[in-house]
Amino acid sequence: MHDLLIAPFVEFGFLRRALVGCLALSVSAPVLGLFLVLRRMSLTADVLAHGALPGVALAFLLAGLSAPALWFGGLVAGLLVAVGAGALSRATGGREDATLAALYLVALGLGVAMISMGGGGAADLSHILFGNVLGVDDAALLLMAGVSTLTLALLAFAWRPLVLECFDPSFAAAAGARGGAWHLLFQGLVVLNVLSAFQALGTLMAVGLMMLPAIAARHWARQVSGMAYAAVGVALASSVVGILVSYHLDVPTGPAIVLVAGAAWAVSVLAGPVDGLLARLMRRRHLAG
Amino acid sequence: MSVLRSPAALVLENLTLTHGRRAAVHHVSGRFAPGSLTAVVGPNGAGKTTLLRALAGLHRPESGRIARDGSASIALLPQLAALDRAFPIACRDVVMQGLWPRLGAFRAVPGHERARAETALAAVGLAGFEKRPVGSLSAGQTQRLLFARLLVQDADILLLDEPFNAVDAKTSADLLRVVRDWHGEGRTVVAVLHDLDLVRREFPETLLIARDAIAWGPTEEALSAANRLRARMMAEAWAEDAEHCQKAA
Repeated sequence: MHDLLIAPFVEFGFLRRALVGCLALSVSAPVLGLFLVLRRMSLTADVLAHGALPGVALAFLLAGLSAPALWFGGLVAGLLVAVGAGALSRATGGREDATLAALYLVALGLGVAMISMGGGGAADLSHILFGNVLGVDDAALLLMAGVSTLTLALLAFAWRPLVLECFDPSFAAAAGARGGAWHLLFQGLVVLNVLSAFQALGTLMAVGLMMLPAIAARHWARQVSGMAYAAVGVALASSVVGILVSYHLDVPTGPAIVLVAGAAWAVSVLAGPVDGLLARLMRRRHLAG
Repeated sequence: MSVLRSPAALVLENLTLTHGRRAAVHHVSGRFAPGSLTAVVGPNGAGKTTLLRALAGLHRPESGRIARDGSASIALLPQLAALDRAFPIACRDVVMQGLWPRLGAFRAVPGHERARAETALAAVGLAGFEKRPVGSLSAGQTQRLLFARLLVQDADILLLDEPFNAVDAKTSADLLRVVRDWHGEGRTVVAVLHDLDLVRREFPETLLIARDAIAWGPTEEALSAANRLRARMMAEAWAEDAEHCQKAA
C-alpha cells in the first residue's frame, strides 16, 4: 500500500511538485468550471485554452520552452480571444458561441503550424499540447499556487454578482449589478486558470480539471455552494489518483488526470444522489401529499 | 415596508427605441405620474417589453430620453420565461437578491434583513419555502418568489413584465393584492399586461401602445373600441419597405 500510494511522492521531487501544483489548481479551477456550466458555457474554457495556443507558440519561437514566456504569450492570446469574441459578436449581431468556435479553430491551426514551422519537433509539440509534469519547476509551481490564491480571493468577492447574473441577468442589470464587468473578471480568471494548468496538463488537457469535476458536481448537491465543494473534492481526488496512475502505468499525466476525473464523472452520473441513473431506477414511491 | 413614500415620476420625452433600425417604440412622449398604477397593453411586438427594459435602464434610447427623479430606486420583474428556473439556488437566496442595491457584492446580510426576507416569503404565501430549491417550484410559485424579492428590494418604482402570465387564478389574485398594496403605499407601478378585463378592473391608468402611443390616460378612455382598432391596424401594418422616419428626433 505504502509503495503504491506514498513511495512515489517520497522518492521523486518532480512528482511532489506536480501533485502540489495540481492540488492548488483543483481548489480554484473547478469552481470556475461550475459557473461555466451554469451559464451554459461549458465549451468556453476549451475555446480559451485553444485560443491561447498561438501566443504560446509565438513565445516558444522567441524564447524556447521557458515556462514564464510560454505563460505570458498564452495569457495575452487567451484574453484577446475572450474579449475579441465578445466584442465581435456584439458588433456583428452573431452568436457568441459561434464566434468563439470560429476563433479557436483558427487559433489552434495557427498555433500548431507556428510551432512546426519554427522548427519545433514532435517532442516540443507534444510537450506543449499534452504537458509534462517533469516541467513543473519551482517557478511553475509558484505560478499555479499564486493563480489559485488569486482566484479564490476574487471569487469570494464576485460570488454574489456571479450567481445573480447567472440566475437572472435582467434583474441583475436593473438592480445595478454591473454584469459586464463581472463577466470580464470571470473570463480573465478562466484564462489564468487554464494557463496555469498548461505546464502540468498541456494545452489540450488543461480544461479537464476545470470542467469534468464541475459537470460531475451536479449529481452531488442541489445548491451552487454545495456543488462547488463537490467539484473541488472530485478534482482533488482526481489529481492524486491521476498522478499515481500516470506514474505506475507510465502514461502522460494530463490524460491520466483527465481520465480519472472522467471516471469520477461516470460514477457521479450512475450513482450520484441528485438525478443519478441508479437513484432514478430505485426511486421510491411518490409521496402521498 | 408600509411607510408612505415620496412618490417618483417617470417622464418620456419623444422616446424612440429600436432593435437594429426597426423602431420598437416610436416617438412616445408622456408621463407615469408619481404613485400612479399604469397598465401597458398592446398587440404582440408592440414594444411593451422594450419600453419596460428602457425604463429600467437596460435598453438605450435611439433618440429622446427618459427622465426620473434622481434618488428614485427602480425594480424590474423580468418575464418568467427569461429566468433560468433550473438554476441550483434556494428560495431564501433568491429573495435576498433583492438586497443587492443596499448590500452589493460583499457586505454581510444583517439579521433584520434576513427576517424581512422571511416576512416577504410569508407575504406571498411561500412561508416555510426558505430552503426549497427554485427548480422544485411551479411557475406560479416561482412568480410568487420573484414578488417576494421585489418586496425585499423595496423600490420606489416597480416595473412588472407580464406578472400574471402562466399563473393560476388564485396566484394572480394573491399577487394583485401585493400590487394594490404597492399602489396604496404611493409607489409608481408600471405593468405590461394582456388581460384587458383585469386591466379595466384593477388599473386606473393605461398606456395603449403599438410602436406609437395610441392612447395614454384613464383606462376606460384609453381602451375604447376605436383605440383598440387603431392599435390592431398599426400592428398589422408592418411595412417591409418602410421609409426613413422624417419625424424630428
